[in-house]
Amino acid sequence: MHGHSTFEPKNGVVKWLEARLPILSFMHGSFVAYPTPKNLNYWWTFGAILSFMLIAQIVTGVVLTMHYTPESTLAFGSVEKIMRDVNWGWMLRYAHSNGASMFFFAVYIHIFRGIYYGSYKAPREVLWILGVIIFLLMMATGFMGYVLPWGQMSFWGATVITNLFSAIPFVGDEITVWLWGGYSVDNPTLNRFFALHYLLPFIIVAVVGLHVWALHVCGQNNPDGVEIKDIAKDTVPFTPHATMKDSLGIVFFLLLYCWFIFYVPNYLGDADNYIPANPMKTPPHIVPEWYFLPFYAILRSIPDKLMGVIAMFAAIAVLAFLPWLDTSKVRSAKYRPIYKIFFWIFVVCAVGLGYLGAMPPEGGFVLASRILAVAYFAFFLIVLPLLGLFEKTKPVPASIADAVLAKHGSASSVAASAASAPQTKG
Amino acid sequence: MAFTKKIGIAAAALLGAVAFSNLTLRAQEGGAHESPNPTRQTWSFSGPFGTFDRAQLQRGFKVYKEVCSNCHELHIPIRTLGQPGGPGFTEDQVKTLAATYTVHDGPNLQGEMFDRPGRPADFFPAPFPNPEAAAASLGAAPPDMSLLAKSIKFERGFPAFVFDALPIPGGMYQEVGPDLIYAILNGYTKEDDPNWNLYFPGHKIAMGKPLAAGQVDYTDGTPTTLEQYSKDVAAFLYWAAEPSLEQRKRIGARVMIFLLVLAGLLYFTKKKIWADVAH
Repeated sequence: MHGHSTFEPKNGVVKWLEARLPILSFMHGSFVAYPTPKNLNYWWTFGAILSFMLIAQIVTGVVLTMHYTPESTLAFGSVEKIMRDVNWGWMLRYAHSNGASMFFFAVYIHIFRGIYYGSYKAPREVLWILGVIIFLLMMATGFMGYVLPWGQMSFWGATVITNLFSAIPFVGDEITVWLWGGYSVDNPTLNRFFALHYLLPFIIVAVVGLHVWALHVCGQNNPDGVEIKDIAKDTVPFTPHATMKDSLGIVFFLLLYCWFIFYVPNYLGDADNYIPANPMKTPPHIVPEWYFLPFYAILRSIPDKLMGVIAMFAAIAVLAFLPWLDTSKVRSAKYRPIYKIFFWIFVVCAVGLGYLGAMPPEGGFVLASRILAVAYFAFFLIVLPLLGLFEKTKPVPASIADAVLAKHGSASSVAASAASAPQTKG
Repeated sequence: MAFTKKIGIAAAALLGAVAFSNLTLRAQEGGAHESPNPTRQTWSFSGPFGTFDRAQLQRGFKVYKEVCSNCHELHIPIRTLGQPGGPGFTEDQVKTLAATYTVHDGPNLQGEMFDRPGRPADFFPAPFPNPEAAAASLGAAPPDMSLLAKSIKFERGFPAFVFDALPIPGGMYQEVGPDLIYAILNGYTKEDDPNWNLYFPGHKIAMGKPLAAGQVDYTDGTPTTLEQYSKDVAAFLYWAAEPSLEQRKRIGARVMIFLLVLAGLLYFTKKKIWADVAH
């Protein structure tokens, strides 16, 4: 939708550049003139928050790399050197390790927001699938990053997760050995995880580029789930409206992020990771990072290893099929009373699975994990397809302007649409 | 809305089943879970504005030097004793102290290893040449103490673990490690078994009761009780594990104030920009 640009270069140098590479008008069209639905709420600021977090992780990560040694006998010590001797090293490292958690926290809100408001529905299927790919890449990056400090939980987490591939029939063991670069998790594993941990974020940047491109082709969804009908009445220019709102969202998010960095920096980590990796000593409970826990709980809820692994990957893969599993014509949960209830049950199930993933796999915890794992899949495979057929939805407003009108009354809305810049739909 | 009602009942039933299975588990766990959780101690370095008590760190260092260091390595440079936010020894004190250690160094230009007096840049020497030697002599290799206070924990359970993260009274609980060190040092409650500990997982601890009242001389009039020793050495070990704590909290306060002011300014700017747009 950068066709909306009203960018007219006056400066000679800018004109010269525009004739050769119209990057400035592209940026102007994408981030200044770009029409944004005026009814977006603060849940929509998480896209900007995630962009911020991606950059923050790359910047802190690149600097940490300058001081880190990816070698199994030196890695743990080099991280301690960063914490103790590198100027501001403690801050960089805490910002990076807590940044991973904040990144996942934001992405989960972003995903839940998409599910609540039906942001995956036509014509945004590709946008949504690109998001699922980013999520998968984030998980791979986060997992490999957690291995780098080479503490006990790094080592044993890596051992448990890489061992999952041995469940693949016939070639599982060969694949696992190939992944390890040896017959157990060791220095070659650390080396390749480090290389990939440095590589993947830049692939994420590329896929985020596609994600934003797809977003700008379809336009943003919005809390009422109706498409933009009239750019003058339904939208505001991205800058300054969305830019300012996003900035405010980012600063609020930074307050949370900085609370973790400066006041409870080790809260989200496992104490065992401050013990150097010891292949001869298994920790009593091997627990992955919190952001993997719901999927870990699904993995453990199934007694058969291969089926558990399949279920775990299916729990992520099912998200990609969401656009076709949800049969409802109405996008937003705002106008879907029953879907709204199921959505919140789904959130409770997902959080519950996260809690159970951290608990030992015994007794009632296993039973609870099984119930919630079934509920998790039932939401996608049973509830969503059927609900679209049977649910009686509320009337959807004809346009965003109408929805805003219903919320505020007519007087202010007319004034608003008169004030916004006239623009024809392109 | 009959359908909605049915869904509501189904949801309640589902949650009920989960809650029940959790309760059953708790009942089962109640039997196996024998170690009581350590009580939360008051530390000068807890809370958003906490700082280390220099005198306490110096006393804790004394306990470490006279007792712990006989078996435990403390893999940090001696110079850190004089750096800001630490025990606050002067440069001369650190130099003198470092010189009391013998450091194995080399090779020299003749290709020989030699012993020399320690320097502040040296690490505290390990009591054993390697963990195997420590294990051969003591039965088990004592862990390095440089990160001990951050590497041990006990489960806080739900909902306590949620509050531990929050900026509320009784929240922001980061001192699990020192509390556990304090508890273990005071947990040798069976007179006849020096390797039985109330707070150590499984109650069998390889380290026999290491500290007793009156064992270390305090020159500042602080009571020489086991409780005091444990507290001082736990504080010292927390500093050893987290030497940037004071700087971190100091910078943190500035960062939070900056962000709050910025959030306020952005809020009013945003409000002004959106003032004539119904949304």
